[in-house]
Amino acid sequence: MEWETVIGLEVHVSLSTKSKLFSGTASEFGAEPNTQANIFDLAMPGTLPVFNEEALRMAVKFGLAIDAEIGKRSVFDRKNYFYPDLPKGYQVTQLDFPTVGKGSLTINLEDGSERIIGVTRAHIEENAGKSLHEDFHGMSGIDLNRAGEPLLEIVSEPEIRNAKEAVAYLKKLHSIVRYLDISDAIMAQGSMRCDVNVSIRPKGETELGTRTEIKNINSFRFVEKAINSEVQRQQDVIEDGGRVEQETRRYDADRDETFSMRSKEFANDYRYFPEPDLLPVEIDDEYIDTVRASLPELPDARKARFVTDYGLSDYDAGVLTATREMADYFESVAKDSGDAKLTANWVMGDLQALLNKNDWSIGQSPIQADRLAMLIARIKDNTISGKIAKTVFETMIENSSGVDEIIENQGLKQVTDSGAIEKLVDEVIANNPDQVQQFKDGKEQVLGYLVGQAMKLSQGKANPGQVNQLLREKIS
Amino acid sequence: MIEKTAAELASALNNGAISSVELTQVYLDRISAHNEQLNAFITVCEESALKQAQAADEKRANGDNSPLLGVPMAHKDIFCTEGVTTSCGSRMLSNFTAPYNATVVENFNAAGAVMLGKTNMDEFAMGSSNETSFFGPVRNPWDLERVPGGSSGGSAAAIAADLCGMATGTDTGGSIRQPAAFCGITGFKPSYGRVSRWGMIAFASSLDQAGPICKSAEDAALMTNVMAGLDIKDSTSADIAIEDYTAQLGQSLEGIKIGIPKQHFAEGLSAGVEQSIRDALAEYEKLGATLKEIDLPNNHLSVSAYYVVAPAEASANLSRYDGVRYGYRCENPVDLEDMYKRTRSEGFGDEVKRRIMVGTYALSAGFYDAYYRKAQKIRRLIKNDFDEAFKEVDVVIGPTSPHTAFKLGAKTDPVAMYLEDIYTIAVNLAGLPGISIPAGVSDGLPIGMHIVGNDFAESRVLNVAHQFQLATDWHRQKPTLGGAGD
Amino acid sequence: MAFDRSEVEKVAHLARLHISDAEADEVTSRITDILELIDKMQSVDTDAVEPLAHPLDVKQRVRPDQVTESDRREQLQTLAPEAESGLYLVPKVIE
Repeated sequence: MEWETVIGLEVHVSLSTKSKLFSGTASEFGAEPNTQANIFDLAMPGTLPVFNEEALRMAVKFGLAIDAEIGKRSVFDRKNYFYPDLPKGYQVTQLDFPTVGKGSLTINLEDGSERIIGVTRAHIEENAGKSLHEDFHGMSGIDLNRAGEPLLEIVSEPEIRNAKEAVAYLKKLHSIVRYLDISDAIMAQGSMRCDVNVSIRPKGETELGTRTEIKNINSFRFVEKAINSEVQRQQDVIEDGGRVEQETRRYDADRDETFSMRSKEFANDYRYFPEPDLLPVEIDDEYIDTVRASLPELPDARKARFVTDYGLSDYDAGVLTATREMADYFESVAKDSGDAKLTANWVMGDLQALLNKNDWSIGQSPIQADRLAMLIARIKDNTISGKIAKTVFETMIENSSGVDEIIENQGLKQVTDSGAIEKLVDEVIANNPDQVQQFKDGKEQVLGYLVGQAMKLSQGKANPGQVNQLLREKIS
Repeated sequence: MIEKTAAELASALNNGAISSVELTQVYLDRISAHNEQLNAFITVCEESALKQAQAADEKRANGDNSPLLGVPMAHKDIFCTEGVTTSCGSRMLSNFTAPYNATVVENFNAAGAVMLGKTNMDEFAMGSSNETSFFGPVRNPWDLERVPGGSSGGSAAAIAADLCGMATGTDTGGSIRQPAAFCGITGFKPSYGRVSRWGMIAFASSLDQAGPICKSAEDAALMTNVMAGLDIKDSTSADIAIEDYTAQLGQSLEGIKIGIPKQHFAEGLSAGVEQSIRDALAEYEKLGATLKEIDLPNNHLSVSAYYVVAPAEASANLSRYDGVRYGYRCENPVDLEDMYKRTRSEGFGDEVKRRIMVGTYALSAGFYDAYYRKAQKIRRLIKNDFDEAFKEVDVVIGPTSPHTAFKLGAKTDPVAMYLEDIYTIAVNLAGLPGISIPAGVSDGLPIGMHIVGNDFAESRVLNVAHQFQLATDWHRQKPTLGGAGD
Repeated sequence: MAFDRSEVEKVAHLARLHISDAEADEVTSRITDILELIDKMQSVDTDAVEPLAHPLDVKQRVRPDQVTESDRREQLQTLAPEAESGLYLVPKVIE
């Protein structure tokens, strides 16, 4: 039978506020355990929540960025369950009236095509703390630094059809929240987390199959692998005559399979009800307009502009605008160097290879935008050839000196002096009488060999165009 | 001296008749003489009280004459007091030293009041007799065999027995007003949102409100002046201008309209209480008020709606008591679930557990609409009834409780106990200000009169109470306590 | 609505309370009585009534995004039943 996969994603991003959602405690990553857990965060008796305005603004920003309905009246609810990393015994979230309603975003697939994926809603809620499972004489340790951090939970429509689309959706979300500067969205640090709902159904069927939820996947790659393995498992179950159970599963990357987390017996009943310590959050058009006015240029718009302004291909523009940092870097280099296409080639070629090799972000690049711009400028003004530029680039990784300094110190400046080039050409003619004769006999392709000899002699510094021209003049 | 109202104590301090240190010592001695008998205090802070008193005396010497400067008081043990045990009447918090002060406590500290200690209460304020306290029941100073009412029974008994000059309480369904009635004193619950809830341990967030427990309406006004106001730490604290709540106390009652809810004079009201309230209403007519019977047609549903809303909110509010970060934890838990279940079953008393169960059930899947949502709709109807009434009258007056204080152990059936608050609960559901003041004595036990005002009409309620107290002396009636110190 | 012992067990588990067999009957009957009291609400038709969640008909205030609290771990952990290396300790959390 042919199967169709239906995927919906619930993505949590930590909003990068300075303080927590409902308290004035710092909300930074990586602090010593429980040093960011004050009386409210620890749910001390008598403490009460006060709403952080920045979390609201960030959520509204996100909503506007995905063209969503903005909830003019959002209501916080309590979601009740017991867990040691949940100090109050309930999580404050938004059930029926989220700040962000229906919206959508466009995903870009590897084959260059695009798809629009619906976003059902995005709501503001509190993060939980962390249980550390190292052994403290048979006990677990609880760190509540993260407890009460603001999260935005973004829920997609079940419109994603395969693992690649899921990853493309995540990458687009990642890109948008980074552009908006509302989250670091670093999966490895947990500031972006993903729960995947997967079901399958026979192709052509309109009813949804029973779904499973794979919790807390922490990289794009694992999202793809987890979905593929879960889809396969569900197919196997059904084809073996079984039934898919609605349950929560966990992806084990080492075994590349998902396994069940909780049995039904412990099915929770969250007993949601409106949080009585908080009142409805109301915002008006003026507020929304002010936030809208503060929105930066978003990835799709920037991509379109790169195509028109810089004459880039759709693909190149897509790659260069995938992250705000990359796009900023590119624009800075393109402006300073005066050659957008050459810049695109360098950024997507040598620079990207360098970053990939070292697993660096663009911000960690040892070659800053102004230095790359200078390098490209020197290619353009014929100070060095493209080939020599690669040598300079290699040097720039280790050496923080200026581009001109490196060219100068290593004697890499291109030779354009016609006297010097004539000397080289004469030497090559003298040393290769056989080849010169072959050329004169009409074997045109020998010229390439002779040019190569001259370049070699100049250690690559001679201007290849000049060499070519002079050789041809002399031996024709 | 000890029987004086807070206003009178302040003037004695002002004219040098006594110093705050001397006065504080008098009360401390009286507490040590009578607390064993009454069990009104859970914690007495002798040393810090004397220090605060000395500081108050110094301030006064430097020209400060703030109205409550140096007046010895008590806080209900539901208010967090930094460095002092804050138990909420529960085993769960019997070892809990609060790491911060409630806003109410901060406000009294700033006003220069002296904190003598923390008063006993029903566990987590759940009760109407003070019998659910982990620290044992409080006894009514008028009759030691009887309950003082609850949940602010310790504060009410302490005021009635002159163990302090003034006290704080909290009121979720009648927890200030009913004990005030049973103990023959004045207890005032301001409008919801008038007093900050920061640092006041939550029972039911949308109903809880702090207020004064004291010896006169004038004291209630002076205390409200200290307690009321916007607090940004409490999102539900009202951003409505505060007043000088003493300013309108003296206003004449000529021409005011008093609403008499017929539902509050129906079956179940004891004859002695009814007679006293009718006499008091006659007194109001003499003061120039006109009486008008009003209808609160949904009042009879208030107890039902309350026992959904309050337990539901409480079931979540009390989830934080899990033995992880503070408070009681059971011995040697075998696993996480065992820790939760034994900690909570051993740490909470029966009534608290019962209400957590009811609230959990009311919120659970499949029952939300029938219970919680339904109760919220009834709440709207009850609020509408009052809105209608206040179109016609200035205040609503009736009995605070259907009868006088009952005997310890007399009400073992929870439902019978819940019906104790039949006249007070609707006021919490609607968020209105209400006061109970003494209006008579029947068989040697005091009777409370309940005066309810419109939203944020604190000044009006206090004015109506004060005028009655100028014309009568029920609020001056005192129980006779045996033993030392009398 | 009938409230029986199996409901008691379910609700007690949700609320993380332990109800012993000895208590179960008493608890069941007490709660049944309370639910009877509550069920009086059902006598009124409220279809057209808006629920009232809160007596205050006002909107939520916001606070500026500022860090106002400092680290008090050492002091606050003296309140904990069991803490070590800055962590609150609990019986093993099994996921």
